Amino acid sequence: MKAKWSLRAIAGGYLAIVLVAPLAVVFWSAFRHGLGPVWDAITSPDAIAALKLTLITAAIAVPANTIFGLLAAHVLVRRRFTGRRAFSALIDLPLALSPVVIGLALVLVWGRDGWFGPWTIDHGVTVIFATPGIVLATIVVSLPFVTRELVPVLRELGVEQQEAAATLGAGPLQILWRITLPAVRYGLIYGVVLTTARVIGEFGAVAVVSGNIAGQSQTMTLYVQNQYQQFNLTGAYSASVLLAGIAIATVVALRLVNRRGAK
Amino acid sequence: MVTRAMEAPAPRRRVRVAGAGTSLSLGIAVIYLSLVVLIPLAAVAWKGVGGGWSEFWAAVSSPEAVAALRLTFEVTAAAVAINAVMGTLIAWVLVRDAFPGRAIVDVVIDLPFALPTIVAGLTLLSLYGVNGPLGVNIAYTKVGIVLALIFVTLPFSVRSVQPVMAALDREMEDAAATLGAGPLTIVRRIVLPNLLPAILSGIGLAFSRAIGEFGAVVLIAGNLPFKTETAPVYIFGQIENDNPQGAAAASLVLLMASLALLVVFGILESRVTRHEG
Repeated sequence: MKAKWSLRAIAGGYLAIVLVAPLAVVFWSAFRHGLGPVWDAITSPDAIAALKLTLITAAIAVPANTIFGLLAAHVLVRRRFTGRRAFSALIDLPLALSPVVIGLALVLVWGRDGWFGPWTIDHGVTVIFATPGIVLATIVVSLPFVTRELVPVLRELGVEQQEAAATLGAGPLQILWRITLPAVRYGLIYGVVLTTARVIGEFGAVAVVSGNIAGQSQTMTLYVQNQYQQFNLTGAYSASVLLAGIAIATVVALRLVNRRGAK
Repeated sequence: MVTRAMEAPAPRRRVRVAGAGTSLSLGIAVIYLSLVVLIPLAAVAWKGVGGGWSEFWAAVSSPEAVAALRLTFEVTAAAVAINAVMGTLIAWVLVRDAFPGRAIVDVVIDLPFALPTIVAGLTLLSLYGVNGPLGVNIAYTKVGIVLALIFVTLPFSVRSVQPVMAALDREMEDAAATLGAGPLTIVRRIVLPNLLPAILSGIGLAFSRAIGEFGAVVLIAGNLPFKTETAPVYIFGQIENDNPQGAAAASLVLLMASLALLVVFGILESRVTRHEG
């Protein structure tokens, strides 16, 4: 009995010190003078611009990686080919990379002195220090999630249902829409939610490739850092509370998807 | 068999369905992967070692780079070791102890996965920073960096162990208890050896994540060279100072360390598992 309570106390105390108490202080600091200042801070022009850029980035990166994830998982489960293991390892690689290294890699390819950068600049497209670079950076860091979630469910699904549908005359697209996607939907949703959370929250890779200009090339996370460094704590805490709210919604959503998928 | 006899083309169809459109899919996936991962990484490798090994060595053996890399491995080892112990303990409480509110705690564990890293850093500073309500100050200290790394790697440590613990066969423990073993002996001789592969895999994942961490660390570290500058912060500084070669060389060291750790802990894990089996 005593051992049980002391274990509870140690585990709870640790979580409180590391996680819960700091988060509570951020929420308390943000809302201590009521909703007004928080609302004013997150509706300031720079904050709105940052929010917009984050949403634009997500609107491109999430669908791109979802389509890639579907293709890659399909290929990994249904086909044996030379280099399959290398292919799979490359997809997981961004998880083992520092976001800063990912940012550097993109600068070396798409920057002013990079491999492809001069060519794109000649053709009127600036990638680094502009929106395309930010989108590209978030695509790289959030690449693995959909594939990783889909591969096990797709493998478990097998091919029998698809074969039955094909025998009955269904075309490949019909099979995808009516058989495969409904069967793997929870895995797919889980992967998409993880991807979205990572895209919205990315900081390091984006910090390298964005010019970090307020109102122009600042995402929400860059805005938080910028406000903090300019000693505008209200702005930093307000944006943080917004992002933390999204994170809390994410983990709750994941839990619900997981529970439904298990049924 | 009957259906096959009736529908002659079925076998051919079968092949087509199983691999429907895989060649096209494979082509698109490979091009996408090359553009977003392979070519950029090749560019880092080229920048890091393309000028020859002596240049690479000069870059990674500069005093500031060495200090940053050493600090990174120190703080990572500390954070991962603490979380290996505490994560296992938390997993134990979550699996074996049916206390009210367990579902909430279980969700809270995942928060660091979803919380933007810069918010994590700001969060820790708001309570333990310069003007924090407790009067302690971890800003610009190693303790602060360790705390930030503990924050971001906690889910790895808990989630690696938790499912294995849930699947543990309680009969072994009951048998040991019947034979007169005390609770501590049971934990040490039965529970921990069974959990060891899972704990090691959690350590590997946490290590790989922590050595590359930037967002959670950058505000807390304050980036004082030779004091609180971790390797990712150092790399960021080199990029800003227009020294891409130095940044790429240090990046390669981090990447190699991360991959090596994943491989080493993977081998350890499988070896331990084999011995147990």
